[in-house]
Amino acid sequence: MIEIESLSKEYGPATVVDGVSMSIAGGSITAIVGTSGSGKSTLLRMINRLVEPSRGRVLIEGRDTATRPGHLLRREIGYAIQGHGLFPHRTVAENIATVPRLLGWQAARIRNRVAELLGIFQLEPGEYAAKFPHQLSGGQQQRVGVARALAAEPRVLLMDEPFGALDPIIRGQAQDDLRGIQRRFGTTVVLVTHDMDEAFRLGDRVAVMTQGRLLQYDRPAMLLTHPADPFVSRLTGTSDRALKLLSLTTAGDAAEPGAGEGPVVPASASLRDVLAALLWSGAAAAAVQHPDGSPAGRVTLAAILARGRAG
Amino acid sequence: MPLSTSLQSGIARRVDRLGALLGVGAIVAAVTLPFVVHKANRIASGTPRSVLEALPRGTAVAALALVAGVAASAALSRRPRLRLAAAVAGVTGIALALGRAADVLTPAGNRLTRVSPGVGCWLLLVLFALLATDALARLRPGPAARVGCLALTALAAYAAFASGLFDHLSIMREYAVNASGFGREARQHVLLALGSVGAAAVIGLPVGILCHRVPRLRGAILQALNLIQTIPSIALFGILMVPLGALATAVPLAAELGINGIGPAPAAVALFLYALLPIVANTSVGLGRVSPAAVDAARGMGLTGWQVLSQIEMPLALPVIITGLRIVLVQNIGLVTVAALIGGGGFGTYVFQGVGQTAIDLVLLGAIPTVALAFTAAVLLDALVDALQRTAR
Amino acid sequence: MPRLATLLRIAAGALLLTFLAVPQRFAPLFAPFTEYGAPPIYDQGSLPLLALAHLGTVFLAAAASTVVAVGLGILVTRASGAEFLPLSRTLVNVGQTFPPVAVLAVAVPLVGFGETPTLIALFAYGLLPVFENTISGLQACPPAVLEAADGMGMSPRQRLLTVELPLAMPLILEGIRLSLVINVGTATIGSTVAAKGLGEVIIAGLLSNNTAFILQGGLVTGLMAMLLYEAMAALERRILRAAHVA
Repeated sequence: MIEIESLSKEYGPATVVDGVSMSIAGGSITAIVGTSGSGKSTLLRMINRLVEPSRGRVLIEGRDTATRPGHLLRREIGYAIQGHGLFPHRTVAENIATVPRLLGWQAARIRNRVAELLGIFQLEPGEYAAKFPHQLSGGQQQRVGVARALAAEPRVLLMDEPFGALDPIIRGQAQDDLRGIQRRFGTTVVLVTHDMDEAFRLGDRVAVMTQGRLLQYDRPAMLLTHPADPFVSRLTGTSDRALKLLSLTTAGDAAEPGAGEGPVVPASASLRDVLAALLWSGAAAAAVQHPDGSPAGRVTLAAILARGRAG
Repeated sequence: MPLSTSLQSGIARRVDRLGALLGVGAIVAAVTLPFVVHKANRIASGTPRSVLEALPRGTAVAALALVAGVAASAALSRRPRLRLAAAVAGVTGIALALGRAADVLTPAGNRLTRVSPGVGCWLLLVLFALLATDALARLRPGPAARVGCLALTALAAYAAFASGLFDHLSIMREYAVNASGFGREARQHVLLALGSVGAAAVIGLPVGILCHRVPRLRGAILQALNLIQTIPSIALFGILMVPLGALATAVPLAAELGINGIGPAPAAVALFLYALLPIVANTSVGLGRVSPAAVDAARGMGLTGWQVLSQIEMPLALPVIITGLRIVLVQNIGLVTVAALIGGGGFGTYVFQGVGQTAIDLVLLGAIPTVALAFTAAVLLDALVDALQRTAR
Repeated sequence: MPRLATLLRIAAGALLLTFLAVPQRFAPLFAPFTEYGAPPIYDQGSLPLLALAHLGTVFLAAAASTVVAVGLGILVTRASGAEFLPLSRTLVNVGQTFPPVAVLAVAVPLVGFGETPTLIALFAYGLLPVFENTISGLQACPPAVLEAADGMGMSPRQRLLTVELPLAMPLILEGIRLSLVINVGTATIGSTVAAKGLGEVIIAGLLSNNTAFILQGGLVTGLMAMLLYEAMAALERRILRAAHVA
């Protein structure tokens, strides 16, 4: 879907992005992580040409992005940033309608789309469409920012630290919402974050950058078990990587047939949570349950320990 | 016998200090200071007359009672609406009494007698106006309400003057003498002020945008404009007379168009130059205050550079820009007054004539409309800024 | 380019002083602006004396208005003066709309011609920037700092003198500087009512159609205003650094 070929950016003598190449599959979430100054934001902004690359190119669905005028390209790519950048002098509805209006959509289609998005983001259209950004809470503003980015039904969505300004309680919910929306619309999401947990939670694949270079681009589990660079393992954290690994698998996926005598856990719970539940109760196996209440098997402590081992 | 302490503190709690101050001042002014100054003719020395001397007994007592009533409500009541009503009643009453006194003291058909407001009358009007302003400030009216109050006041004042209420007052006598030219000077004044600000806006806004986009230019441009601001107005008017006079002699067409060394032309150019700095500076600062996240998001969504400027940056910078326009409009309304020195016309003509003849009424004939004009401009543009800021935050 | 700016300032200052000291040397420079053999350099009075008189009027008015304005500003921001605050702010706004010429012109019939009405007008007009900035400066003190001062046991007077005023100092000095520079310009108009000052030179030029006079008066006043502006800025920086506030 998105091919990044040897993308580089230099500002005078300083190289901010150094020959990065990635292939991003359609319909997936890619998380780019790194410390500040690693070039991840610049890389993201080269995809929609807010920053023009010094070298290299980006192909979206086979088309070189450099062949079109920048502003036309950007009308087809969703862009959500930290600090959301909502227009203070326009209502929520007008903010969301910005790109559809630029693309010349019919008024009725725009209205329906705005109502649809507000509904998906749990903002009652009747109440919120006419409000101004300053009348919303931080969490609501963030949601409107993402809704605005998705308004014109883009196939690609770029996000730069979209959840950074949210307090921890809301952040988890927002992250889950994003995954749900992405699955619903099938958008290809490229997300920049400095939060490793967030990258692991959301990313189908994670790219680790430092000082402008791409160190590793792989599934989260591989980053934990086969880090390509000591920096990668430092970033993912060596002390609790076993727990991180466990958090990547759900109870439902790991369940074996049988009845567990210990606590009941939902199939969507991560193995990390199952481990915690088993430790707390002192039992040796947990019973897994489907959302409808039917039994889905069991997960034993021994099986968990086996999965958590390196390699 | 001294009041008991609890009674004293009770009174202290109930008495509004500002209101008490203004109220006591008003009573003292009404009773001890001259209400009007009565002159047999323009250059004779005047006899001061108190309220009781200037008005028929019934009217005088009513006036004094009104002053007492307003003073009492100002001191004892903290409710802004009551104080506002009392203050407005006070101003209206004193104005009516003033007109009446002028009528009474002027023998029928006499055109030479001059009756002008005395120190006491001025003080009363000022104190009651302060009271009204204070009450209004406490009510914190929105922009529409403020404009409405201004319109009402203007209407009332116009009705009062048109109905002949003040016809025997000295200032209206001066107006009667100058009536034919007054309208022309008024038009000239407004034209010069609005025209210069308008022209400066047309040039200044793009320059301000340029300063914002190219920070290196900002320092140089602002320094140059700052330099112009420090040149005193009559100096700039005078200096501009030279090139414009030369232009008039060299290009006859220019002289026909009215561009000349004397007259409004040098004033217009100078006013244009004086208006540039605040407009350029405020435009640049206003654009600088627009949230960078909003601008980045706008570009990221695919708005062209022009669309970002016109749909996002300028609307958000508008409150600061219009504040700059308010500052220059008020400044220029005042500067046009000085332009009268070089033949620029406007209300300043009466001001400087009055200074030359030591006739304060003539000075007021020029000064009061100028102040009223500046005040109106300030209130209207302020209300606009306020209204804009209520939607965008 | 800070060094270029400093050089320009020094050059301007030197030029001004030279002109005031030996004005006749500059006669050939101004000669082209005269007609019919009119004198190129102002000769109806001593230029340096006029400049001094001008500055004297400005500074006298500024000193008086600073004292009054800062005093009133302090009073109005105390808890006991809170009643007067809304009115003060409105008065400041309204006061800005009064053209200085009007104040001057109204003062003349009341107190006569000469220095007095000019001083009154400059005093009244100089009050506003200082008053407004004093209020803003005192109100901008972070509440946490004030609370700390109270918590340490400072009396209100100590708090005012050692915490609030120093913190408000940048804004107050800025207001004084503004009022000074505006007044240098306004004082020129005072010459229309026979006050001693550089406006005299300009008016003489206007009356006798002598552009050289107008230029001299204008340039000297402009240079003075500009140099005053810069000098005050430098002084401000010194004071603030000494008070460890900036």
